Amino acid sequence: MQKVLIFGATSAIAQATAKYFAHDGCHLFLVGRDTDKLQMVADDLRVHGAEQVDYVVQDLNEFSKHDLLIEQAEQDMQGIDAVLIAHGTLDSQQECQDNYAATEQTLRNNFLSIVSLLTPLANYFEQQRHGCIAVISSVAGDRGRQSNYIYGAAKGGLSVFLQGLRNRLAASHVCVLTVKPGLVDTPMTRDFKKGALWSTPEQVGRGIYQAMKKRKNEVYLPSFWWVIMKIIKSIPESIFKRLKL
Amino acid sequence: MTQQFESWGRFPRVSQTVKTIRWRHEILPLDNKSNILPYGLGRSYGDVCLNDNGLLLHTRQLNRFISFDEDTGLLRCEAGVSFAEILQHFVPRGWFLPTTPGTKYVTVGGAIANDVHGKNHHRAGTFGQHITQFELVTSDGQRHICSPQNKTEYYNATIGGLGLTGLITWAEFHLRPIHHRAIHQQMVKFANLEDFFQLSAESDEKYEYTMAWVDCLAQGDNVGRGIFFRGNHVAKDQVKELIPNWQPPLVQKLPEVLRTMPINLPSFALNSLTVKAFNFLLYHKQRIPIIEEFVDYEPFFYPLDSILEWKRLYGTNGFLQYQFVVPYEDHQVIRKILQTIAKSGLSSFLAVLKTFGELESPGLLSFPRKGVTLALDFPIKGEKTFLLLEQLDDMVQEAGGAVYPCKDARLSPRHFKAYYPQWEEFAQYTDSRFSSSFWRRVTRNVT
Repeated sequence: MQKVLIFGATSAIAQATAKYFAHDGCHLFLVGRDTDKLQMVADDLRVHGAEQVDYVVQDLNEFSKHDLLIEQAEQDMQGIDAVLIAHGTLDSQQECQDNYAATEQTLRNNFLSIVSLLTPLANYFEQQRHGCIAVISSVAGDRGRQSNYIYGAAKGGLSVFLQGLRNRLAASHVCVLTVKPGLVDTPMTRDFKKGALWSTPEQVGRGIYQAMKKRKNEVYLPSFWWVIMKIIKSIPESIFKRLKL
Repeated sequence: MTQQFESWGRFPRVSQTVKTIRWRHEILPLDNKSNILPYGLGRSYGDVCLNDNGLLLHTRQLNRFISFDEDTGLLRCEAGVSFAEILQHFVPRGWFLPTTPGTKYVTVGGAIANDVHGKNHHRAGTFGQHITQFELVTSDGQRHICSPQNKTEYYNATIGGLGLTGLITWAEFHLRPIHHRAIHQQMVKFANLEDFFQLSAESDEKYEYTMAWVDCLAQGDNVGRGIFFRGNHVAKDQVKELIPNWQPPLVQKLPEVLRTMPINLPSFALNSLTVKAFNFLLYHKQRIPIIEEFVDYEPFFYPLDSILEWKRLYGTNGFLQYQFVVPYEDHQVIRKILQTIAKSGLSSFLAVLKTFGELESPGLLSFPRKGVTLALDFPIKGEKTFLLLEQLDDMVQEAGGAVYPCKDARLSPRHFKAYYPQWEEFAQYTDSRFSSSFWRRVTRNVT
């Protein structure tokens, strides 16, 4: 993986993952919303050994810009070997319940914008017949719970979309990796009370890098979340619906 | 969010609100009333990194490199970058830290704030001496670029300033070139204190790194016996002997879970018998007077880092570290202190002895100064541990020495002010919104 395109590059998890690619001497192309932050991340990755780091400031809510963005990355790096999609938002469940506009925005941020990016990217990789697409989904998408089922629905939809895409691109030897982090201490979760189940963006970043190297299909990070979600998914719906989760 | 953030000695326990800073251009997350203290990796032992009932500013996410000059070794990085991260990245490229304490799990900001020293103090001085410039953010929102030429008074106050002058967001210093990751080491057995001083005097010239482990339970003629470690980075002409077969120690490759002390030992696990046995074995394990070998830099500099969370050896009661320096001329103080400890029956698991060189740190409140320094640790066994250490405080004061704030959790204001008479000058440069449990303790008025 010499040429890596990263969406949501200033997110804590993306930064942690990108350090590993930089260390490998990759050429990185970063997409984010904040120039200052992108500059700081790019400087860091250069010192970490990246051959070259380019970045573009772009709000990924503007779907119409997606095609151009990918074209630019492809031209600047003269190809794309791997892509990491790490942007997303965690909006208030209550607000989404009160107001459809907030729900729609959550679905746009966490599902539709990624589908929009992956449409040209999938065609690109399918034609190229090699590469790796890694997307950060969430354990929240494994089962709907009253506390965050809007976000969960976006992530659940995303996970299903990725399953289908993996199935389609298997014939072209393109790896599609679904990353399902558990609770991670990042700006997204700054208002949550942290406990023993929480992990750091560094742990998750290392896990994503390793999974991409090994061309895995799906990975829970840290891996104990696989067990937790196995249990949560196995609870019969008649009981589950009464739980306060 | 109220959370338990500990110091390494796990004493005292305090309650504080933790805020995280993630970008160096962010403004400080101050509220209307609480004071604040930057927190790195929590490797200081006592309460210099704690802020009871206040805000603790978690800085570990400021962990980005900013620039590196391949020709001169000049590195600029954010203050939350750890020494471990610097080593991991730069040792394979032939660079090493200008000086390093006995753990690599410290942040650059913490290393400046405590003006840490290492085995090469007699050559390199403290870490703070190597800082060419840094940015200090004060509670009024101002950003100061401090260097030996610019805002010198803040530069001097911040080095060794225990995080009280503001938040260091980034710093710049030179790494030093090395030819190989290994160290050419000699371990020399010595029978008593006199031998230590002689070894130290003759080694400081030829060896960049020197320190000794001392059996602090030995009594009588054996007082001060131990093993002297001295070493240099591998020289260019030695590299051929090592390459290509050199392997970093296996323990580094084990997964973290296998290297982590899994549980808190019960507090009686470290008692005078087990400690005596440990120190006896450590001394007698070496059968010949001198062992000469190549060792990896990891076990040479960071022997304890191979066991993650080793503080759990001391159980949940925690432990007290005690490090002091006394002027070199007075060998007898060290002897008296070692005798006092041996007699007290309170045991120090590991005692480390080292001579400091003449290089003076710019840090106003810095601990290292010319002389001999001894570092000890004591499991907390109630009141008698505190009484012993107070007795030692007096002996150190009488000898014109000082105790290291970074390791302290119990020093009285009287002793602190005697060791650091410049504290009032320093206090002028502290930020009015920054404070720590340590600072409030040692500056409180006692009637």
